[in-house]
Amino acid sequence: MQSIISVQNLVKTYASGFQALKGVDLEIRRGEIFALLGPNGAGKTTLISIICGIVNATSGSVTADGHDIRKDFRAARSKIGLVPQELTSDAFESVWRTMKFSRGLFGKPPNPAHLEKVLKDLSLWDKKDSPILSLSGGMKRRVMIAKALSHEPQILFLDEPTAGVDVELRRDMWDMVRSLRDSGVTIILTTHYIEEAEEMADRIGVISKGEIILVEEKNTLMRKLGRKQLTLHLQAPLQQIPTQLANRQLELSADGAQLIYTFDAQADATGIASLLRQLNELGIDFKDLHTSESSLEEIFVSLVHQR
Amino acid sequence: MNTYGISAIYRFELARWFRTLVQSLLSPVISTSLYFVVFGAAIGSRMAEIEGVSYGAFIVPGLIMLSVLTESISNASFGIYMPRYSGTIYEVLSAPISAMEIVIGYVGAAATKSIMLGLVILATARLFVPFSIEHPLWMVSFLVLTSLTFSLFGFIIGLWASGWEKLQIVPIMIVTPLAFLGGSFYSIGMLPEFWQKVALFNPVVYLISGFRWSFYGVSDVAVGVSLGMTFFFLTLCLIVIWWIFKTGYRLKA
Repeated sequence: MQSIISVQNLVKTYASGFQALKGVDLEIRRGEIFALLGPNGAGKTTLISIICGIVNATSGSVTADGHDIRKDFRAARSKIGLVPQELTSDAFESVWRTMKFSRGLFGKPPNPAHLEKVLKDLSLWDKKDSPILSLSGGMKRRVMIAKALSHEPQILFLDEPTAGVDVELRRDMWDMVRSLRDSGVTIILTTHYIEEAEEMADRIGVISKGEIILVEEKNTLMRKLGRKQLTLHLQAPLQQIPTQLANRQLELSADGAQLIYTFDAQADATGIASLLRQLNELGIDFKDLHTSESSLEEIFVSLVHQR
Repeated sequence: MNTYGISAIYRFELARWFRTLVQSLLSPVISTSLYFVVFGAAIGSRMAEIEGVSYGAFIVPGLIMLSVLTESISNASFGIYMPRYSGTIYEVLSAPISAMEIVIGYVGAAATKSIMLGLVILATARLFVPFSIEHPLWMVSFLVLTSLTFSLFGFIIGLWASGWEKLQIVPIMIVTPLAFLGGSFYSIGMLPEFWQKVALFNPVVYLISGFRWSFYGVSDVAVGVSLGMTFFFLTLCLIVIWWIFKTGYRLKA
């Protein structure tokens, strides 16, 4: 499949000497929701800002829908909508006027019907004549999205779209992003909330210290790195793992009271039944047991910390 | 050419002005009226004519220039500084619009406001003193050129300023003194010889002199020199802006 965004060997060194991006390569597929995960200062916003034309790259190249973002900036930028992290808007302007401004700025002739649809989809229609200043934080966030959608972009960047947004509104936002994707818009979002990526993304990229350390289908990633663990709370603590069990993936907790068995949740034979039988034969009793699955969050933390 | 983009910026800027029409138009009109009451009526009645022009009429071009200069700078600098300060500049930077188009939008709007302001002050002045305009076409040309040049200059200040104080410092500390000393209220010929020479280093002298010539046909320096100097400042501002956008200075990291 043809990439809608292609980033090649992108390097950004700020005037202070800080290297925010150290040769990033990234392909975004047409029509997907791509989640870019990374700790603070990893280079997420720098990467987005370069693609959108707000920050100049030190070296490397980016194309958006086949157009070089520097040589052919008009064609490239008219395809892209950006919702920045900070809520910045012209406080005294009305929602409607600010949308008209955004659309015009991106070189599109007026189209009130489109703006109306965007506002209605974002439940902002009844606020169209209100000054932005009078809106709540969640509404302001939606106005930012409305502005970014005013020129009918094919690619939408959402930089931390749900930061500071309450749980209910976050769900609405996710629904809205999904319906945008269904309408053919490619979405790239950065987020702190792993839950968000887990919920929405088709593919996930992890960036850390200016490098992309992983790009994977979300489901593959969860399967590949997602491990399940069975924890047995023993009646009597063990000194060590009995030699008969040495060939199994077992760990003993520090106090000897818990036996932890790690297994592949996708495998046909998890080995749980035979383990329990074997424990029974060895006379190791347990009072409780539970299983747990590693979440994307644990995967993410372990990935970033490996570095 | 992104004409929709230019027009969006232009209209946005004018809308901002109309929202605060009272302070942006009425306050210069009031202060100009005060100048006329004080200098034109009260003091002017005791002043001799300058080169055949009554003092009240003599100061009209200078007063218009004074307002046009300061308002051009403050309008244009505020227009571009505000989005930088609030962060809304991201949208302009990420839009498919070239640097020159951005400048046309912002500076065009600021210059439009200055021209309108200049004409309003001209009309106000007419209520206080009788005068006629000898070269109306040149008058308009000087007004447009000066508005444009100083709006460009203001745009540069708005890009350069890293705080609200800096935004104010150039108009207050440099432009207002230069305008006052540039012959708004007197002819350079009235100065002692040494100061006449010093005055020639003041760029505003050329603007006011040329503008006054278009009214009364009298000038401190030859009108060609005035025109030449105006174009020189215009070009200088354009070069600086071209450099700013080329390097991304204060706009892009």
